[in-house]
Amino acid sequence: MLAMFFWSFVIGGAFCVIGQLLFDVAKLTPGHTLSLLVVIGAVLDGLGLYEPLMDFAGAGATIPITSFGNSLVHGAMQEAEKHGIVGVVTGMFEVTSAGISAAIIFGFLGALIFKPKG
Amino acid sequence: MPKKKELNPQQQKYQQLQKNYETKRPVLANCIKAFFVGGLICLVGQALTYFYIYFFNFTEQTAGNPTVSTMIFIAMLLTGFGIYDRLGQFAGAGSAIPVTGFGNAVISAAIEHRTEGLVLGVGGNMFKLAGSVIVFGVFSAFIVALIKTLIMKIGG
Repeated sequence: MLAMFFWSFVIGGAFCVIGQLLFDVAKLTPGHTLSLLVVIGAVLDGLGLYEPLMDFAGAGATIPITSFGNSLVHGAMQEAEKHGIVGVVTGMFEVTSAGISAAIIFGFLGALIFKPKG
Repeated sequence: MPKKKELNPQQQKYQQLQKNYETKRPVLANCIKAFFVGGLICLVGQALTYFYIYFFNFTEQTAGNPTVSTMIFIAMLLTGFGIYDRLGQFAGAGSAIPVTGFGNAVISAAIEHRTEGLVLGVGGNMFKLAGSVIVFGVFSAFIVALIKTLIMKIGG
């Protein structure tokens, strides 16, 4: 269990360093960086590399935004195995639902509760 | 980024001059900060994952979903109280890359446009910043899954 905490810290931190390098060295905007990382996550899952990383690093792999791309591909593949090509479209948000729903629900709640800060 | 070839010599000279005066970004210090803050956020995520595994009978595979939702909830509170912005100034990518950064982008856009009304302001602008992540995520996932499905179909 302790090893899991350690690796989630290191791998999660490593993803953030990659992001920081894209900010500072490649001079990408945060929007470009996040989009790029999501695409990388999707490709990594396509190659079957993201799941071993999740088993190894736990939250270190599920919390960075790359896991969003990974779970999109995952949902699509789950349905595709059952229903063929159509499943790619119908299953897309199956696994990612948690993140998107939470963002919308809490975003709306937040807008109702909080006032903008200068 | 501006295209280099369309600039005349004078403009190129100016760009060179501007580059000299640009403050050098402390890349190493930024990376260290990003590493520790990002690592800490993932550490919190890992603690939440274990919490959901032990108390709510999630498995290691499924515990990621409630963890992500909870992290976004925390991001809402921190964004609302103005703490996340300050964290972002310190940590850079350390607070932007974890899913809390995605939550922060959605929530801060929602709060910011509240004065324009609930439908056009909050509803219309919520994904102003985070929308590109969803668009590129979904489209690339579509391509990857399509290729994978086709390969499986042909292969067996």
